[in-house]
Amino acid sequence: MTLLSLSGVDVHYGDFQAIYGIDLNVAEGETLAVIGANGAGKSTLLKAIAGQVRASAGTIAFDGVDVTALPAHKRVPLGIALTPEGRRIFKSLTVEENLLVGAHSKRPGPWNLRAVYEAFPLVADRKDRLGTNLSGGEQQAAAIGRALMSNPRLLLLDEVSLGLAPVVVEQIYAALPTITGQGTTVLVVEQDVNQSMRVADRVQCLLEGRTVLEGAPSDLTRDQIASAYFGI
Amino acid sequence: MQWINAIIQGVLLGGLYALLAAGLSLMFGVMRIVNLAHGALAILAAYIGLVIVQGTGVSPFIAMVAVVPIMAGIGYVLQWGIFNRALRMGGLAPLLGAFGLAVVLTQLMQLKFTTDSQSLQTGSLSIASIRITEQISIGVLPLITFAAGVIVIFGLQMFLSKAPLGRAMRAASDDSETVPLMGIDNRQVYALSTAIALGTVGIAGMFLGMRGNFDPNYGQAMLIFAFEAVIIGGLGSLWGTLAGGMVLGVAQALGSQMNPSYGVLVGNLVFLLILAFRPTGLLPKAVTT
Repeated sequence: MTLLSLSGVDVHYGDFQAIYGIDLNVAEGETLAVIGANGAGKSTLLKAIAGQVRASAGTIAFDGVDVTALPAHKRVPLGIALTPEGRRIFKSLTVEENLLVGAHSKRPGPWNLRAVYEAFPLVADRKDRLGTNLSGGEQQAAAIGRALMSNPRLLLLDEVSLGLAPVVVEQIYAALPTITGQGTTVLVVEQDVNQSMRVADRVQCLLEGRTVLEGAPSDLTRDQIASAYFGI
Repeated sequence: MQWINAIIQGVLLGGLYALLAAGLSLMFGVMRIVNLAHGALAILAAYIGLVIVQGTGVSPFIAMVAVVPIMAGIGYVLQWGIFNRALRMGGLAPLLGAFGLAVVLTQLMQLKFTTDSQSLQTGSLSIASIRITEQISIGVLPLITFAAGVIVIFGLQMFLSKAPLGRAMRAASDDSETVPLMGIDNRQVYALSTAIALGTVGIAGMFLGMRGNFDPNYGQAMLIFAFEAVIIGGLGSLWGTLAGGMVLGVAQALGSQMNPSYGVLVGNLVFLLILAFRPTGLLPKAVTT
């Protein structure tokens, strides 16, 4: 069953058009990776799905409901959660307070403080620390935990590995099976192609705001991906 | 002994300034709005109290029970009507909106109530005092005012650190763009913040009216003292605002002790010294974002 469906979505920032007529479908329980170079429109796509930016054309449907015109704060109760680029942890709040803010919508589900601490021992160790005093990896883990606190049906992860040490990236991705095991659908945006190929059921490659390649990791060759990624 | 008395009176006066400044500090802390209408709103609260007292004959303390929710309601409406729109426009819009509101409110109060001085009568309470020594006695009303200031600041601080809405307010202060991703409408959080801030303005305005005379223009002077308390204490820090109010109150009282006309001057000098040598204030916010 299709959980998320985008058709013909355009996004503009003023005069600049970031994405062009994107079609995208994610089935319930599936993990989709959107890959692409810097500036391909990946983050914009996630922002449009979460409602942080408005689609200037096209429709975004979530579980059969047209959410194109809904503001971000009304999409969270439906079950859409975004871990934004740059993590955006609330700096003057402790880690635990960050998680509690994430639970604001009070959506019922398997995720609560204890479940997040179990999935991310890194977060549990730092629960009383202020956001401003976290390392990049700790911030990323806390940001994912914070998104999970809303018990999303669709979890949007933006650039999880950006700027993190490989060992930390591994620790964070180690929690992904726990998340998808709860039936959560995951849409991950990555520059690190290898990482996304490992975790995703399907990848969709963007180039300059357009979809240029789509398929299961096993069906795609390295050359295909390289040429789609760089547009050569 | 006179100097000790001046310090004690100054601390008590500082409680009133802290009470006045609490709402200003809260609105700045959460939304970065410099509410130039704060003083005028405090005077509006005093006039609403006056109308209730004159209309029903109750004591100002009873009237306060009605004034606080009325002011909170006004705050909620003002936020949706003016400040949320102004914040979306960005830049100077919130400041100009507040300035315009201050002008309009002051003029409307002049139309309705004239510029004659008014006061809220507290009967025997206004002259009641507790004798400590031969030279030192503490007025009961200033003591109650001081206690109200401490309680309001303490209560706000507890609310911000413990309550879910307080947490959301701090989160919105840190990063207003990310707050909607938590399922929180920051405009609503802002409206509730302003409602709470103006609730405290309601209390402050009533005590202001009980302490002495007021007229529609009195708010401007009070706005400056509230500002000084906020800046001396450190922007965005409520405990700082309490400390700032007391520093200002003591400075003014000591100045008045030197020469009755020096009070406000010495207060302003202390404010300038703090700005020059410790511009972050006495108790700046631990986290700067």
